[in-house]
Amino acid sequence: MTSLPASPAARKLGLVIDLDICVGCHACAVNCKEWNTSGHMAPLTDIEPYGDRPRGVWFNRIHTFEVSDAATGAGRTVHFPKSCLHCDDAPCVTVCPTGASYKRTEDGIVLVNTDICIGCKLCSWACPYGAREYDEDEGVMKKCTLCIDKIYNENLPAHSRVPACVATCPAGARHFGDLGDPASDISRLVEARDGFSLMPEQGCAPVNRYLPPRPRGEAGRSAEAPRMLTHTDTSGDGAGLLARWVDKLITG
Amino acid sequence: MHPARSVIFFTTASGAGYGLLVWLAVVAIRDMLPAEPAFGATAFALAFALIVSGLLSSTFHLGHPERAWRALSQWRSSWLSREGVAAIVTFAPAGLFALGWVVFGETGGLWRISAVIAALSAMITVYCTAMIYGSLRPVPAWRTMWTAPVYLMLSVLTGALIANVLVHLWRYREAASALNAGVLVLLVVGLAVKLVYWRAIDGAAPTSTAETATGLGRFGIVRLIDAPHTETNYLMQEMGFAIARRHARKLRLIAIGAGFVFPFAVTVLAAYGVAPTLFVVLAAASGAVGIVIERWLFFAEARHTVTLYYGQTAI
Repeated sequence: MTSLPASPAARKLGLVIDLDICVGCHACAVNCKEWNTSGHMAPLTDIEPYGDRPRGVWFNRIHTFEVSDAATGAGRTVHFPKSCLHCDDAPCVTVCPTGASYKRTEDGIVLVNTDICIGCKLCSWACPYGAREYDEDEGVMKKCTLCIDKIYNENLPAHSRVPACVATCPAGARHFGDLGDPASDISRLVEARDGFSLMPEQGCAPVNRYLPPRPRGEAGRSAEAPRMLTHTDTSGDGAGLLARWVDKLITG
Repeated sequence: MHPARSVIFFTTASGAGYGLLVWLAVVAIRDMLPAEPAFGATAFALAFALIVSGLLSSTFHLGHPERAWRALSQWRSSWLSREGVAAIVTFAPAGLFALGWVVFGETGGLWRISAVIAALSAMITVYCTAMIYGSLRPVPAWRTMWTAPVYLMLSVLTGALIANVLVHLWRYREAASALNAGVLVLLVVGLAVKLVYWRAIDGAAPTSTAETATGLGRFGIVRLIDAPHTETNYLMQEMGFAIARRHARKLRLIAIGAGFVFPFAVTVLAAYGVAPTLFVVLAAASGAVGIVIERWLFFAEARHTVTLYYGQTAI
C-alpha cells in the first residue's frame, strides 16, 4: 500500500549530520556502498566500473559547497553528505503505482520492495532530494534503507547496530537515533545546535536533520599568520655558539 | 528532465487516440454522419492503434515491463496508477461504442450512452496522464494549473485533426464543415493555453534554491565547488537534462508554427473548398510534428530540484 500510514509513526528513525564536523572524506559513502551491496537492497550495481563511463548505484553522496557572506566576502567550505531523509510526507511513496514503495509504520523507514517494483522511475522524479536511484542492471529502484539489516541485527554487538555511514565516520559527524522522541540524545542534539531540515518548502517533512557549521571565532581571525617558507629568521636567538660563529662567517 | 522517446510517444499518441474517440462520439451523438461500418472500422482501428501503441510504448521504459499489471493497484494515491485504471476502464465503453457502429451500424440508443461514457472516460484518462506530471512538486514547470488544460486541449486538438482527415476522405460534408470549425477553434484555444503555460513557467519565481537545498542560506550565497564524483550518475542523466535557452526559444517557435499556425492556415483554405482533403491531411501531419516538439520541450525545459545539488542555483 503506497498510501502513507494513517497515523504517523511514533518512532522516527533518522540521521543527524553535523556540517561543522564533516571533513568530506567520503568514508560514509564508501562504507554505505560496501555494506549495502550485500545487504537488504543488494547489489548496488556498477555499470562499466573499469570502462570509460563508470557509474553506479550509491545511497549516499558527498557534495562540497562554498558559502560566501555577501557583506564581508568571507567564504567557507562546507562538505555536505546527502542520503534519503526518510520523509514523514514522502512523495516517493504516494506516487508509486505498484505498492513497491512504502513507509514503515513502526519506525518510519522508507523502503522499496524490489520484487514488485516495475522500474518506472516516477519515485525518483517525485523526490526533491535525489534519494532514489535506478539500478540499470536489475531494472528496479533502490534507496537508503537506513541499514535496516544492521540496526536490528541481534548477531551484532549493540554498539554496532547503527547505519554503516554512522559507524564509519572518522570525525563523528553522523548521528543516528529516534527523532520522534524529543527526549532522545539525537533530538536533544538537534535542539541544542539549532538543527534544520532541507527544503522545507517542498512539503515532504523530512526526518533527517542537519546541524549548521558553528560561527568562526574572532580570535582565530586575528591570530598570527603561519610562518611561510620564505620567512627569514634574523634573530639568531637560541642558536648555539658554533652556529652563531658559522652564521657570522658566511653572512660576513 | 530527460525527454524519453517512449514517454513522448505515449503522451502524444494516446492523447491523439483519446481525442479521436471524443470526436467520434461528438459526430455520432449529433448524427452528423451515417453509422457506416467501413468508416467506423477505420476510425476506431486508428483510435485504438494510437491508444494501444502509446500505452505499450509507456511500458517500454519500465525496468520490468512484465510487472506492468501491478501498476493498477495504487489508484488511491498515485496518478500513474489512476491513469492505468482509467485507460483500461475506457476500453469497455469505447469497445461497445465501436461494436455498435462497426458491427450493427448503430450509434443510437444504448450505443449512444456508451459513446458519451467513452468520451468522458477518455478525457479522464488524459487528465490522469497530465496529473502524473502536474502533481510533482520538485518540477515547478510541471506543477502548474496549466499542465492539465494543455494536455486536454492538445489531446482533443490532435484528435480533431485526425477526425477531420477521415470525414474528408469519406466526403461527409456536414461532419467535415463541423470539424473544420472545431479544428480552427481548438487551434486558437490550444495555442492560447500553451502560450499561457509558457508565460507562467517563464515568469514563475523559483520555489527552491541552493540556499534552501543545503539550508546554508543563513551564512550567505551557496555555490557548488565539488561534485560527489567525477563521472555522471543516474540523477544527473535523468533529472539534469538541460536545453540551452536559445534552442528552447527556436523550438518553441517551430512548435507554434508547425503545431498551430500552419494547420490553421491550411484548414482555412480547406474550409473554403481549396483542395480540402489535401489540406486537412497537411494540417494533421504538420500538427503532429508540432505537438511532438511541444511535448519534447515539456520534458526538456522542465528542471528538477535535485540539480540544486549539482550546480544549479535556483529552480
